[in-house]
Amino acid sequence: MSELLSGPGLNGRGLALVPKSDAKQSMKEYKSDQEVRWCPGCGDYAILAAVQSFVPELGLKRENMVFVSGIGCSSRFPYYMNTYGFHSIHGRAPAIATGLAASRPDLSVWVITGDGDSLSIGGNHLIHALRRNVNLNILLFNNRIYGLTKGQYSPTSEVGKITKSTPMGSLDKPFNPISLAIGAEASFVARTIDSDRKHLQSVLREAAEHKGTSLVEIYQNCNIFNDGAFDQLKDPEQRDDITLRLEHGQPIASASKAVRRAADGGIEVVPRAEVAESEILVHDAHRADPSLAFALSRLDEPAFEHVPIGVFRSVDRPSYDELMSTQLEEAVAQRGPGGLDDLLLSGDTWRIG
Amino acid sequence: MTKQVQQLDRVIIRFAGDSGDGMQLTGDRFTAGTAEFGNDLSTLPNFPAEIRAPAGTLPGVSSFQLHFADHDILTPGDAPNVLVAMNPAALKANLGDLPRGADIIANTDEFTKRNLQKVGYAASPLEDDSLAEWRVHPVPLTSLTVKALEGFDLSKKDAERSKNMFALGLLSWLYHRPTEATISFLENKFAKKPEIAKANIAAFQAGWNYGETTESFSVSYEVKPAPLAPGVYRNISGNQALAYGLIAASVRSGLPLFLGSYPITPASDILHELSRHKHFGIRTFQAEDEIAGVGAALGAAFGGALGVTTTSGPGVALKAETVGLAVMTELPLIVVDVQRSGPSTGMPTKTEQTDLLMAMYGRNGESPLPVVAPMSPSDCFDAAVEAARLAVKYRTPVMLLSDGYLANGSEPWRVPAAADLPDISTAFAAAPAEGEEFLPYLRDPETLARPWAVPGTAGLEHRIGGIEKADRTGNISYDPDNHDRMVRIRQAKIDGIAKDIPPLEVDDPHGPDGGTRVLVLGWGSTYGPIAAAVRRIRKSGGKVAQAHLRHLSPLPANTGEVLKSYDKVLLPEINLGQLAMLLRARFLVDIISYNRVRGLPFKAEELADVIQDVIDSE
Repeated sequence: MSELLSGPGLNGRGLALVPKSDAKQSMKEYKSDQEVRWCPGCGDYAILAAVQSFVPELGLKRENMVFVSGIGCSSRFPYYMNTYGFHSIHGRAPAIATGLAASRPDLSVWVITGDGDSLSIGGNHLIHALRRNVNLNILLFNNRIYGLTKGQYSPTSEVGKITKSTPMGSLDKPFNPISLAIGAEASFVARTIDSDRKHLQSVLREAAEHKGTSLVEIYQNCNIFNDGAFDQLKDPEQRDDITLRLEHGQPIASASKAVRRAADGGIEVVPRAEVAESEILVHDAHRADPSLAFALSRLDEPAFEHVPIGVFRSVDRPSYDELMSTQLEEAVAQRGPGGLDDLLLSGDTWRIG
Repeated sequence: MTKQVQQLDRVIIRFAGDSGDGMQLTGDRFTAGTAEFGNDLSTLPNFPAEIRAPAGTLPGVSSFQLHFADHDILTPGDAPNVLVAMNPAALKANLGDLPRGADIIANTDEFTKRNLQKVGYAASPLEDDSLAEWRVHPVPLTSLTVKALEGFDLSKKDAERSKNMFALGLLSWLYHRPTEATISFLENKFAKKPEIAKANIAAFQAGWNYGETTESFSVSYEVKPAPLAPGVYRNISGNQALAYGLIAASVRSGLPLFLGSYPITPASDILHELSRHKHFGIRTFQAEDEIAGVGAALGAAFGGALGVTTTSGPGVALKAETVGLAVMTELPLIVVDVQRSGPSTGMPTKTEQTDLLMAMYGRNGESPLPVVAPMSPSDCFDAAVEAARLAVKYRTPVMLLSDGYLANGSEPWRVPAAADLPDISTAFAAAPAEGEEFLPYLRDPETLARPWAVPGTAGLEHRIGGIEKADRTGNISYDPDNHDRMVRIRQAKIDGIAKDIPPLEVDDPHGPDGGTRVLVLGWGSTYGPIAAAVRRIRKSGGKVAQAHLRHLSPLPANTGEVLKSYDKVLLPEINLGQLAMLLRARFLVDIISYNRVRGLPFKAEELADVIQDVIDSE
């Protein structure tokens, strides 16, 4: 196991530059005075409550937290947080948050987005934020449907989805957000679910403390347009068999299934009874090479037969804002702080009179 | 041999060659020598969009035009007095611009059968009579260069590459340019390759000596320094001036500069320039696309930075939605549009003024913003500072409309002292007093600007976004009357800036009462050609007034009054009449438009004819 766990580990520097609050905080302080306007029963309520009750634990100055969102149901989230917030335009939250986080390392910046917002119109910004590794936490609420525009299929909807815009079924293969993020070599990639507050909060805690871009996919139920999308994972009869909990250093297994190395070099899910405990693959979230994490992300194909939940990947690499700040410091060290007169008079000059 | 020296008041030289011949560098160095000598000058580079079009072909021709004089000049000149043609393609592509009697210095070595065929010459124009009306100086530039570099450890091909320095040396002799700066430039440029540096210097000196000794040139020319206002000068291009203006704005506002940008011709040099000055605390972010560039700039502005995005027309089209968000969230943002020929990809390396209406109105909803347009390469500096002043003071996105002609053109610039630049600092919102509520959309009664409340300030936690804001609180609002009020407030905020900008000045020695009937109005880069044309008219006894708009939104408060003071208003634009349409609609003045969209600036002579026609017409 020690060999497996040799990659770069948890960096835990995500909040190092964010000022800490002197006073103990409560959930109440993080609730804004705005009326929450999601549909009754929406999974977003559970996520909001989980976030509001978890952030006081971070002990940050509330004024140094910023929630940035795009457009969609989930993107209303910042209005309900009593922090700084920016509800921007469709798909662009990662870009806006990048400018903010890159220029203000003293802020804890959170992006709230949905599957349409981040994977359709904003797909480009998402992958580039991930590769740059700006110090951001991206919470991707995945309900596998367009809610705000009233029920069209989304880039995570299953093939054949019958919606208003696809009366004969959707044709396009869905994205797996985890595979996409790992493909972009994101330094922190996790999946959790709206209904499991404890798990959700533990993942958020790790994401917040991670320096760099953290992508957290949150399975979220849209009870109006795609109700029951994640029922298998919530059903007490099935969930313990389907859910493969990913915990660093622990064997990857559900109640009845286990993951092991396959003979063809990949990994496979087999009945737990058929494998010796020592054969079960031990999860190494800190492994530098992303290929095993990618292989894990493919295990829910076909969908919901077995679903890994937890932190797929958490590796330490320099964040964009750190690198940018370092360049600025180096430039000052080499050339001294910029002087405007010196700049304007640089190059060939001549005097008249 | 003592050669004759002839005095001239001005000269226009055009260096033309293949893209790989180093014509831009040659032009730059000749410009530097000319600037050092103290002439007034103006330059116009003209190069293909292709990085390396096939060698020797017409699409591969790159040129650099320089106008220098013993008096102040306004344009790079209409027609060259001298063409340096490094190959047949360069001759053919530029001959049409060359007035009869002009000098042609042709590199005879390149007039080979194959090169002639490439551009469709059946016979060498140097050998038939087709150039009889010009003064042709055939010079074997390539072979003379190779010969001059015989002692160097260079391949023939490498030696040939120095032919542009030979040409530069020859022209430097011909026009009495100082040589020291070019020699030290070459030493620096090739500091790591001393052999190459020495070879280039040797080629440069050989070109000079050739001029001195050859019988092909019996006369050299002197253009005396121009009597410019006292001060320290440097030569500067529009893009460099604009970048310096942004840095100055950062320094004079006390706000860290954040540039979010995506490479695009002809704006990329601003990104390059700003990236070189990180010791000013400048963060330059090369984004994944135009939208991310402006998004990051707006995000940084939310965090208290001077947010800037630089692009050209196609990029502005992509950024429109984010600029609208900046209008709605009332955050400072500078959007630089270095206009180029359109529509769509158009002609990326050619200039145009066709983005005015897009800058003004190219967003959904009523989304007014200030538009500022520099009038010359060096004015890009002041225009950038002005754009930043308005953005910061009024908490608004500002469009800065440069163009390809300004961006790449250059002129001498009297360098200002940093301390003389305007103080454009602003105050962020402070925490409200005990018991007072923070209202993110409460406005300054004079400017109508809302508070700039940056994250990290306790007590100002608030949420902004693109959804309509309730007056004062900034909360989401769908109230019809609130929307109507907010639309009008946003417009009033921009309109009110008219009180804070200089009135439109008219240059009219006689005045409307003294008999001037025609006003020529311009905006942006047409200033130089219009002013040069106006001079010509006046020189020949004509009466004409000139006014130039730097602020296009809002317009100076006296604009309507000025327009109505003259019988006729002529407005030349490098578009199909965009500003004319706005002014007609707003002031009901029957503007006479003059429009050309050839990707090139106007010529002074052309405009002088147009002005004369308007004066002569009833």
